[in-house]
Amino acid sequence: MIEIENLTKNFGPIAAVRGINLSVAKGEVLGFLGPNGAGKSTTMKIIAGYLTPTMGRVRITGLDVEATPQAAQRALGYLPEGAPAYGDMTPHQFLKFIAEIRGFSGAEAKARVAAAVEKTELEPVLEQPIDTLSKGFKRRVGLAQAILHDPPVLVMDEPTDGLDPNQKFSVRKLIREMAAEKAIIISTHLLEEVEAICTRAVIIDRGQVVADGTPAELLTRSRHHNAVILCLPPAQALRAKEKIGALGKVRSIEERAETDGFVTLTAFPRRAELLIEDISAMAANEKWEVKQLYAEAGRLDDVFRSLTTSDSDRARERKETLAA
Amino acid sequence: MSSILAIFKRELAAYFATPLAYVFIVIFLFAMGAFTFYIGRFYETGVASLAVFFGYHVWLYLFLVPAIGMRLWAEERKSGTIELLLTLPIPIWASVAGKFLAAWAFTGVALALTFPIWITVNYLGDPDNGVIVASYVGSFLMAGAYLAISAAISATTSNQVIAFVVSVVICFLFTISGAPLVVDFFKAWAPLSLVDTVASFSFMTHFQTIARGVIDLRDIVFFFSLITLFLGINVVVVDLKKAG
Repeated sequence: MIEIENLTKNFGPIAAVRGINLSVAKGEVLGFLGPNGAGKSTTMKIIAGYLTPTMGRVRITGLDVEATPQAAQRALGYLPEGAPAYGDMTPHQFLKFIAEIRGFSGAEAKARVAAAVEKTELEPVLEQPIDTLSKGFKRRVGLAQAILHDPPVLVMDEPTDGLDPNQKFSVRKLIREMAAEKAIIISTHLLEEVEAICTRAVIIDRGQVVADGTPAELLTRSRHHNAVILCLPPAQALRAKEKIGALGKVRSIEERAETDGFVTLTAFPRRAELLIEDISAMAANEKWEVKQLYAEAGRLDDVFRSLTTSDSDRARERKETLAA
Repeated sequence: MSSILAIFKRELAAYFATPLAYVFIVIFLFAMGAFTFYIGRFYETGVASLAVFFGYHVWLYLFLVPAIGMRLWAEERKSGTIELLLTLPIPIWASVAGKFLAAWAFTGVALALTFPIWITVNYLGDPDNGVIVASYVGSFLMAGAYLAISAAISATTSNQVIAFVVSVVICFLFTISGAPLVVDFFKAWAPLSLVDTVASFSFMTHFQTIARGVIDLRDIVFFFSLITLFLGINVVVVDLKKAG
């Protein structure tokens, strides 16, 4: 439903996006990850037809965004970064305006607005100027605007940014409910969000895709993948460390003293091998007073950090480009 | 067409949703009155005509119309709503036209609210109402031309102050291009045809012709072409900015 081919965008001498290829099918929720300035928002702006790419092209439901922008934009729901909306309008007026622009009138427009309001739980603030709303409601006004016409393709730039945990939960629920019928791209900085709602995660850095896979696949690239965490009294920790370290599958062990006097050991496997069975059997044999014992699936932030660059590195690189 | 109408309605409502419309209308009417009665000595001249009143429109528009036009695009750029507007499934020209028409209609409302002076002059004497109607039409067209210039300038920046200042300067050049100051400057060295071309761009000249009661097609065409030209520039500017 979304096809991105060799997408490149330069701002003067600075390359923001360098040859991104992606395609997103119906039923997929693609989580776009990457440090600030990696090119996530630029890519989304190009998909939405707000920016013109320097090279490459984007098709939405087969329609070329550059050649037939209006047709492509009809099939697209887009939540821009920061969820901009006309602050002098109330959510009700604003959504009516969007419905009118999208070609709905009369009873259908009313029904569309009502459905979007219900899905985003905007009812209580419907008649307040958007400028006076909290960040959470403003964001949901943006969401309501994006889903009003029930588009087959949804692109949302940080849909849960600035929301409290309850609001995040309901927005994620909304996205999950729509997922089966749509192709969705969301960008986020929240790695737990990717695990919660995305069927696929794409990490981009310096305008290029550096990882693409299901969240579970990406987790296997984490050094914490299949690592075992063991929390026990300090008296037993030394012995435990020795015994576990003697296992052939263990690459290394990290030790950390907890504030409650316990010690946490993290055993990292050599080649993503399973350790939990051996270690739990050992704990039972040795009668260790274990407070916690579990295996980790992996940590996305490990993967994220190992694949991406810091913003100061990139800023330095950009400065050098400009100087050259 | 329906998208132009949607944009038009939203924009027009936006003027009245904030104090902007009321402040503008009050100042517009107050300034009109002040110019006409105190500086123009409307009563003292003892002539039943609104020539004095319309004579000041050029100068008032020079500052007040860019004040309306400056926000048209600069504000959208500043607040980020332009990203929303340009990703809705409507062509750029529809947004440009809708915004312009709403702002023009708004200046039309302000202009229409000067009607008491028309009633006054009819009460006091026996003016040529045909001339007055022509003057209102001319004044409205001129406001449209100033507005189209201001809208195009507004599209180039996210800073409303810059949009205002540059618009005033460009509008000023169009206003005085027929004045001796400008004509003499060109006369010294330029061929006569160029001098005439420059002078022919003068809003003042075209407006004064209409305000004399002569609705010449050429003057109407002049204002409409200028409006079309600057709206075209507006579309191009918005489109070019998409390239980053």
